[in-house]
Parts: sequence; structure tokens; C-alpha cells
Amino acid sequence: MNSTNKPQRTPAETQAIVERSLRRRYWAERRFRAYGFAAVAAGMLFLVYLFFVIFSNGLGAFQQTKINVPVFYDPAIIDPSGTRNPDDLHAADYAAVIRASLKAKFPDAEGRAASRELMRLVSGSAPFELQKKVVADPSLVGKTEKLWLLASDAVDLLRKGHIDRNLAEAERPLSDQQIGWIDKLQAEGSLDLKFNTTFVTGGDSREPENAGIWGAVVGSFFMLALTLLLSFPIGVATAIYLEEFASRNRWTDLIEVNINNLAAVPSIVFGLLGLAVFIGFFGLPRSAPLVGAMVLTLLTLPTIIIASRAALKAVPPSIREAALGMGASKIQMVAHHVLPLAMPGMLTGTIIGMARALGESAPLLMIGMVAFIVDIPKGVTDAATALPVQVFLWSDSPERGFVEKTSGAIIVLLAFLVVMNTTAVILRKRFERRW
Amino acid sequence: MEGVAQVERAGINLKPSGRTSEPVPSLQEPVEPGKTVGNIAVDDPIFSCRDVDVYYGAKHAIKKVGIDVAKKQVLAMIGPSGCGKSTFLRCLNRMNDTIVGARVEGSILLDGKDIHDKKQDVVQLRARVGMVFQKPNPFPKSIYENVAYGPRIHGLAGDRVELDEIVHGSLQRAGLWEEVKDRLQHPGTSLSGGQQQRLCIARTIAVNPEVILMDEPCSALDPIATARIEDLMEELRQSYAIVIVTHSMQQAARVSQRTAYFHLGDLIEVGETDRIFTNPRHKLTEDYITGRFG
Repeated sequence: MNSTNKPQRTPAETQAIVERSLRRRYWAERRFRAYGFAAVAAGMLFLVYLFFVIFSNGLGAFQQTKINVPVFYDPAIIDPSGTRNPDDLHAADYAAVIRASLKAKFPDAEGRAASRELMRLVSGSAPFELQKKVVADPSLVGKTEKLWLLASDAVDLLRKGHIDRNLAEAERPLSDQQIGWIDKLQAEGSLDLKFNTTFVTGGDSREPENAGIWGAVVGSFFMLALTLLLSFPIGVATAIYLEEFASRNRWTDLIEVNINNLAAVPSIVFGLLGLAVFIGFFGLPRSAPLVGAMVLTLLTLPTIIIASRAALKAVPPSIREAALGMGASKIQMVAHHVLPLAMPGMLTGTIIGMARALGESAPLLMIGMVAFIVDIPKGVTDAATALPVQVFLWSDSPERGFVEKTSGAIIVLLAFLVVMNTTAVILRKRFERRW
Repeated sequence: MEGVAQVERAGINLKPSGRTSEPVPSLQEPVEPGKTVGNIAVDDPIFSCRDVDVYYGAKHAIKKVGIDVAKKQVLAMIGPSGCGKSTFLRCLNRMNDTIVGARVEGSILLDGKDIHDKKQDVVQLRARVGMVFQKPNPFPKSIYENVAYGPRIHGLAGDRVELDEIVHGSLQRAGLWEEVKDRLQHPGTSLSGGQQQRLCIARTIAVNPEVILMDEPCSALDPIATARIEDLMEELRQSYAIVIVTHSMQQAARVSQRTAYFHLGDLIEVGETDRIFTNPRHKLTEDYITGRFG
């Protein structure tokens, strides 16, 4: 302290020093704002690009090429005996019906090879569609009906412009003759893109044109509903116990550290745990949403517990004192006053946890939810798959037709996420209180 | 007589009284725990505390404090910040139980029964000994629900009509009814600070306690709201024993009949309020009320 030796600064000098430093301070602030803005802008740019890629690839999955053909339900093929026996109707050769109908439209397809090529225009599932219709309504036999038959994935790809017509004939999935037929159909308006009901209502398939996302949506729904039912009450109860009731000692410290560590454990480890304990030890069914939900519960619990404890800590102590001072017991204090105030924070933690659970695929691979499952699950113990696993499965498929299905599945996954989070945010809004 | 001057400035009517003949402790003498100047006992006390020690971990917050609380009287506890008066107040309804590491020793008798007795239920104790806190802390619920909460959890009202009556009566006694009767369903937090504090008092008297503890109830309020609360205390004194912690000596002088002066965990002096403010016997009390520190 040698201030006594220095002459006192005049106010003007002090002002000058302050002014110089001011400029520097404001410059630092502007620089920080610029960094922030640049970061946000870059992030937005990539996000827009991502959405552009996903939607430009995936929207095609919601449309499917169909071919309009007058189908003659030939009694000679379907029901030669004329008894209309349901078993006979069931077993009839509907592929032949379609072949005959297509041949009637394209008389130039002569010989076995040409007729096989003609049949490849429509999906392998088309005969089953006819079968379903006839079994449901036997009076159709003998009549002619104009039907939009599902086209094969090759036709679909050509219609959507994913097949290069300039390639040599041997290098593309469609022959010159097939392309000729397709062009003719399109010219007369008998080949068009229709809304893809199969994609939004069906289960998985090896054929791209028959593959649907609904099985995975239902699987994910069962799994997340169950995860929420399990993890929210357990997580909140754990947080309340640890925060409000447990005595502070070495054991609770240990538990706290472990919960924090669990939040950082790679998710596939939880899958292994689920495989060993739930399936191996308890003998629960493989590929079931029930087991998936239990694994995802283990995964989301740390997140929910940590967020819930933070929310409980944030409740003003004055409210606790008020309740206790009124003679409320501890559990009454928590249930009547602390919990309602902490609820929004707990719900935030739950939203984060559930969003993570929805996007998880690694632990589900371990418990068999990666299996090829065609049926829509009807309960939590039926074999099922989940949306991210479906994305993974389709992205791995060699058929070109699955590319847009993959992006389509991502769109459905994002929509699922948006619906789920919006519901949660609305719920949280209703719980919010002022104090 | 600086003490008198101080109190006179505060506009308090003083009885002409001189120093009593009791021995005055030497000013240099260190404070000895448990040696309180003045008469700590009263006839027919509601609370009777003897040798109360409070520890927060290793910190000895209250040292050998003994004092009685009389029925239908206001006892004011004054003293500089950190002197332990709030801590002592919180002993009376065992609110210190909620603080980790807090330990209370000594005997605190409520109506002759030890409140630390194993048979004494803490929930029941707090129903008998209500508390009003420094910062108004209404529940984030409606005005009605705030007052109805206590009777509801203790099962004091048989039906809705009875509950309505309790809420009405409590708000009326707290002097809040006229102001809120048209908006009972509004949130309690929408009231002004003074109204919130009266709501907290209404909430406390709704369970019909025997003692009301007030921890600096007016420190967050303006003078008008303070005056209302003080009037209210005078009225409540007709039915309840009140113990109030306050930083305002004027307030202590206005509302209380007895005053206790705390200093660094020791109870230095207890006596009739008039006597304490006109004729403090301990040097520390005199220094404090004359404004030399604190």
C-alpha cells in the first residue's frame, strides 16, 4: 500500500481509465454474443440439412406405386368344382388369376419367361390380397373388378426415379420389355402413386413394398408406456426417500455416487444385465416389450432420480417449515406440499429419460428385440421390435427399396417423440404452480 | 439513563421506577452460562424450560438457558443477530429436529410434561404449539385451503360446514376476513406481504394451539402491516401464550409483558418488559437496548 506516496487521481483521470476499460468490457460481451450466435446458426443449418435429407428421402415411403388392372375372378381357376367351398376358395391359385388378368391387358407377353416378367410387375403379396377379398366375399367369383394392385418394389423404384433407365439392361432390375409395359400403364393412368397404407398399418417384411412400421410403433408404445409406469413411480419414490427420509451416512453417500455413475453406464451394459437377469434368471420371454421396458427402466431411473432430487432440493425450505409447523407429519409434508412443487422438475427429468429410452436400440439388441417380427404385437409379452431397432434393421437391408423406408421410419420415430414430449410438456404445464 | 432516553424516543409510556435493590453484576464480569439476571420463573407457566443446551454439530448455540412462558402473555426475546433467540424459539415446538446435526439437551416442560419425552408425539406437539415464521410462507394453495389445511390433517372438522366455520372464524380473528371474504379461492401467494403474514397467523390459530411462536413476524413488513400484526397479537394474547422473537426493541416494548435478552447463546436477563427497558440490570442488556451494539 503505497497510495500515500502517489498523488490522488483527479475524477477526470478516473473517468478516462473507466472509459478505456468500458470499451474492452463491451467488446468482450459482443464477442461472446457473436460466438453464441454463430454456434446457434451453425447448429440450425445442420439441423435444417438433416431434416431436409430425412424428409426428402423418407416422404417417398408414405407413397407406394400401384397398378390398376381389371381383374377377372375366373371361376375356372378359383373354384373349378363350383361348390364355393371356403377351403377351396382359400387354397385357390390367385397368382394365376392375376397372371391371366395381366395377360389380357398385355397380349404381347407370350411364353413362360415373358409371363414371369409380367408377374414381377406386381408385388408378391398381390395374390394374398385377392385371396382375402374372395374369402370375405365369395360372390365376387365370376365378376370383373378394377383393382389397384400393389406394384413390386422395382416398379416402385422406377416410378420414383431411383432406377437409371440408361443403364445396360442386365444391370437394372427391370428389363426393356417390363419398362415398356410400365410406361404404357403410366401413359394410360393405370400406374400411380397412392398413399402407402401398408407402411403405416403393417408389420415388417423382407419385401420393401410390404414392409410396414406399425409393428415397431406398437412395440415402442408398449415398451415406453410400461417404462413410464415402472420408472416414474420408482424414480420419484427413490428420490423422495433419499432426499427426505434417508439418514445421511456413508451408505447413502455410496448409493448417491452409484446412482450418478449408473447414469453414465453405456446402455448396452443394461442390455446384458437384462439378458442375464430377466431372461436368463427369471425366464421372461425373449424379444418382449415387457423385458425391453424393464431394461429401459433401469436405464432411465438414474436420470429421473437425479432430476427429481434436484427438484426436491429446489423446493423452498419455508414451505417445509410451514407444513411441519402446522403439525403435518413428514409424509404429509412431502405429499401435500413438497411433491406438488417438485413435480414440474420431476416431469422434466422424466421427459429427458423417456426421450432417451425411445431412442435406445443397443440394449434392445441384447434382449432379442432385433429379431425379424412380422406380426403386430398384441400385448407386452408378444415378440416385438422397436422403432430405432427397425430403423437399424432396414438401414442394414440390401434392397434399394428399404432406403426410403429407413428414412420413413426415422420420420415416424421423430413424430412419436414430438407427440410424446408435447403431451409431457402439456402435463407439466398443468402441474406448474407459482409460489 | 440512556436506556430510558432510548425507550422514550420510541414513544413508550414509562412508569416512574428506579433501580431495584438487587445486586448489579460487575460490568467486567464474564457471562456465566445459566446465570440469568431476573426472575425466570412465573406462576402457572405453560412452558417451563431449564438448563436447555442446543448444539449445531460442534457449535454450542444455546447455553444452559432456563425460562418460563406464562399463559395469556407475550414473551419477547431480543438480542443481537446470532444470539440464539430463534434457535431457542425453535426448541419449543421441536423444529430443531428437522435440522441435521442439531441436538437439544435439558428439560422443556409443556404443561408439566417433557416435550422430549418418548411418549410425546412431535406432530401433536406442533398442533399445540403453532409457529409463525419470519418470511410469510403461505402454501401455494388457495386462501381457503391455507387455513383449512391444519384442521383437515388433524381431523378437527367433522364436515364441510364445520370446516367453513373454522376457516371463517380464524380469518376473522386474524383480521383478514373482510379483505379476503370475496376471494377465498384465490392463491394465498397473491396477497400482500402483511396479508400473507396474517394468513399465516390465521392458519396457525385454525388448529387452536395453546402457544403461538413468532419468529420475527414483522421483519419483512412495512410499518402499517406491522401495526396490524401487533394489534392482532394484543388480541390473541387474551386466549394464547405468545413467544415472539424480534429485532425491534420498540416492538418488544409495545407488544410484550415480559422480555428476555439473549447474548451469544446465553440468556442474560429476563424481566417485566417495562422494567427491562427502563431499568436494565445487566451491563450487556443496557448496552443493547441503548443501542451501543447489536
